[in-house]
Amino acid sequence: MSILDLQNVSKTYQSGSRKLTVLDQVTFSIQAGETIAIVGPSGSGKTTLLGLCAGLDSSSTGSVVLNGEALENLNEDQRAAVRSRDVGFIFQNFQLLSTLTALENVMVPLELKKRKDAKEKAMDLLDKVGLKDRATHYPTQLSGGEQQRVSIARAFANAPKILFADEPTGNLDTETGTMIENLIFDLNKEQGTTLVLVTHDLELAAKTQRIVHIKGGKIQEDTHA
Amino acid sequence: MPDFAWILKMALRDFRKNLSRLLLFVSSIVVGIVALVAISSFGENLVKDIDNQAKELLGADLVLENNKPLGDIGLDSLAVATASEVNFASMVAFPKSDASRLTQVRALEGNFPFYGKLETIPAAGEKSFRSGGKKALVEKALMAQFGAQIGDSIKVGALSFQIVGELQKVPGQTGITASVAPAVYIPLGYLQETGLVQYGSRVEYNRYLQFAPGADVAKLIKPYEALWELERIDADTVEDRKQSTGRSFGNLSNFLSLVAFIALLLGCVGVASAVNVFVKEKLASVAVLRCLGVASLDVLLIYLLEIVGMGFIGAAIGSILGTLLQFALPLVFADFLPVEVTVGVSWKSVGFGMVTGLFVSILFALLPLLKVRKVSPMATLRPETADTTLLKDPARWAVLVGILLFIFGFSFYLLGKVTWALGFTAFVLIAFGILWGVGTGLMWAVRKFLPLSLNYPWRQALSNLYRPNNQTISLIATIGLGTAMISTLFFLQNQLLQEAKFADKKDQPNMLLFDIQTAQLDQVREKVTGQKMPILQEVPIVTMQLNTINGVDKKANEKLPEEKNYSRWLYNREFRVTYRDSLISSEQLTDGALIPKGARGDSIFVSFEKGFGEGNGFKIGDEVEFNVQGRPIKTYIGSFREVKFNQVSTNFLVLFPDGVLEEAPKFHVIITKTSTDKQAAEMQTEMVREFPNISIINLGTIVETLEEILRKISFVIQFMAFFSIATGILVLISSLIISKYQRMRESILLRTLGASSALVRQINTLEYFFLGSLASLSGILLSFLATFLLGRFVFQLNFSLAWKEGFVIYLVITLLTIVLGWLNGRKIINQPPMEILRGNG
Repeated sequence: MSILDLQNVSKTYQSGSRKLTVLDQVTFSIQAGETIAIVGPSGSGKTTLLGLCAGLDSSSTGSVVLNGEALENLNEDQRAAVRSRDVGFIFQNFQLLSTLTALENVMVPLELKKRKDAKEKAMDLLDKVGLKDRATHYPTQLSGGEQQRVSIARAFANAPKILFADEPTGNLDTETGTMIENLIFDLNKEQGTTLVLVTHDLELAAKTQRIVHIKGGKIQEDTHA
Repeated sequence: MPDFAWILKMALRDFRKNLSRLLLFVSSIVVGIVALVAISSFGENLVKDIDNQAKELLGADLVLENNKPLGDIGLDSLAVATASEVNFASMVAFPKSDASRLTQVRALEGNFPFYGKLETIPAAGEKSFRSGGKKALVEKALMAQFGAQIGDSIKVGALSFQIVGELQKVPGQTGITASVAPAVYIPLGYLQETGLVQYGSRVEYNRYLQFAPGADVAKLIKPYEALWELERIDADTVEDRKQSTGRSFGNLSNFLSLVAFIALLLGCVGVASAVNVFVKEKLASVAVLRCLGVASLDVLLIYLLEIVGMGFIGAAIGSILGTLLQFALPLVFADFLPVEVTVGVSWKSVGFGMVTGLFVSILFALLPLLKVRKVSPMATLRPETADTTLLKDPARWAVLVGILLFIFGFSFYLLGKVTWALGFTAFVLIAFGILWGVGTGLMWAVRKFLPLSLNYPWRQALSNLYRPNNQTISLIATIGLGTAMISTLFFLQNQLLQEAKFADKKDQPNMLLFDIQTAQLDQVREKVTGQKMPILQEVPIVTMQLNTINGVDKKANEKLPEEKNYSRWLYNREFRVTYRDSLISSEQLTDGALIPKGARGDSIFVSFEKGFGEGNGFKIGDEVEFNVQGRPIKTYIGSFREVKFNQVSTNFLVLFPDGVLEEAPKFHVIITKTSTDKQAAEMQTEMVREFPNISIINLGTIVETLEEILRKISFVIQFMAFFSIATGILVLISSLIISKYQRMRESILLRTLGASSALVRQINTLEYFFLGSLASLSGILLSFLATFLLGRFVFQLNFSLAWKEGFVIYLVITLLTIVLGWLNGRKIINQPPMEILRGNG
């Protein structure tokens, strides 16, 4: 069953009098439970593609269907509801809310779903990423690796159907990066989530079941392991 | 449907880490709320006190007033006590210091005031005065001016009186009244002997009545009102006085509230500016929340709730401090208060402050806050896309319209007139527009024309004015407007005094002798020319009253509907008119033609002063019948003249042509010029000695009085302007603290690149110097404009730029900005780089 389906998706920006096409007629679909890496050089359109797939942005033409919802028919708040229900995110620069503690950061997606056990569940997840004893610490009191672990815990908190990760190890040293990679894949396996990774790192990409190469806004190659 | 419980939880979580910074935002409005609550509470309490002390305001239950002796008024028998007073302006002389001055002589008989008392030093002075004999009570300002002591004598007309008390307080009289017309009380029994009451003397006859407690005064006077109306007797009851005083102070309190409101508006600019910076820093978090699935309205509500919380705290702090500040206000307004003011908590004013504070924080914070609705979750992946402009957002325009409506509504609430409220709103718009224009224009010019060849610290400091999240415009607006208020006052005050003093140098008359009887005219003329002083003008004055306007007499006028009738005052007042065949230098014909000659039996064309004429609904060709000492004279308005009232000259509302009034009873005024102050003083003393009934005004006295009044008024205005300046300083401090992180980064970057601490310090100082200079210069320029407009249209003064004073104000404000910048910036320079790298700075 396909969890994400893109048909002829294009994204263009107006830059002065010039029309800039960042994504050009992209078509592909992802099956539930699949792990996939989108790779490509800088400026190839990877991040734009990730944004469209996750409903963070809307396409200029074409259709994006996420877990049965055609995103182009939804307004921004309706897409937010879809994200809250079905999507998890891991970012290169962690994107934790600086005024919230580690625990509170993980609680946000659960609270949005009005879960009564938000605190217990968030604590469990922090335990899983090895940060139970840092639960009351603010992001500025944590190292980069620790922040990314909190971010992973937050991403899995709402048991997403699909998880998007944008260069999740890009800001980390090799050792920490490897630990984070393992954590993502372990949790992904445990929860059976679909994983979409955007990365420069071909070694990380090789750990996924499928690699989509993108260049100049077009899919160049789509390989399955 | 927003989940309010969760929104509140998130707001509290965010608030916890932003408390100190958010406190800075609201500090900007605290000063405005303090001023508003203090003035409002003071006004409330004042109205209560006027109510409670109404009898002391009037000193009696009923005061009757006329320009003729009152005689038996029928009510005397119903009163438990009566008193009479004759008062008029006259010269009094202090023989010990050989000096004289125009004063308000009050010849009193009876135990007035019946409520309150004439407070004197020594306290026994009043009793001694009433015990009989040639004794006088003299206003403390007069005593101080001439160094007079208790026991000295004072000459009033032909008689000398012994000063037995220095007047401290007279019921219903304020400090300002005492400065303009200081009073000398003498016993009524000696008035005739002074020889001062002669034809032409402007004398007011008062009768004070006290009735039995509980008497219904309105009912008692009812049967007499028609008669009094006919005889132009003015009746003033406690209720009338209460209303008129309450109205005056209501107006004063509203005017002061308006000034406080300006301080509040400045604070609001600070709030909007600070929230703008706050929002810009929150954009990343907003993008994350959007990414996690939070609806845009919920995100807006999270931050709005924080602002509401802080607005509430700010308004509460402001209301508490405002309530405390009102304890100081009776001291500030001491010279203007006719009653003893009690201070206490006015819950109505506190509520007013709370609601206003909360409302303005939300309204002005919304302007930048609306931005969070438009932040795309895509900004988590591309942070540069987070900041959006809202030029086309209808909600932003709705808020802007809301702000304008609020300013209009609030000023209408205080001023009570649509045109005034519109004028005030336009003034606020123009002032802010000019300051905003200066700020943006400057940033544009610096960006466009800053030469690369400029010395580095200067270039860097100038570039800092348009750094991201800069608060250049808000600082220029707040400090600029505060400076503008203070300097306008200062310049105007200076110009008024300069104008008065300059009059002497421009061959203008500087001495005016009036109340000269026809029989005395030759002698006075001789005396003046004998002293080698020129007779610049010799003006005959005839007193008259108005009978009818276009056939409508006083009685008929009373029956006309409000929009059609003439002011009752026109029928009651005494007109002092002159006659000539031409205009003098202070006059200019604006409408119609001046008919130089007239004759009894023929149509007589008079000239009205333009402002007076138009203000009272007169038109060219209107028929006006005057009553000249019992003889009716029918006239037509032939022209309107514009009269410059700021010269030592006789100026008249009504001018008759030659050939009509020559035979009417009259008195005269002679206008002359003394060459030295000494000559002026000698002339004055001699005149008072030889012609005690003649009153003299010289320029020196006018300047002194003007200085005294301006000193008292300016203190109040400076006190009010202080709120604007204080708000400006708070906005400055908060903007320095808000930009601390960014300044730290810049300073560390510069130091990493090899800049010395001294260089960083130099750059920062230069930046504060530019900010302070810009703000103060903009304010000073605005005040030049305001002074020009006020001078031109209100005071009719020639505008001259007060460069020197402007420069002093510029230096003070700029220095203050630099010092505050320094005090706030000390830590920044010494911050270790690692702190900033870890984001803990």
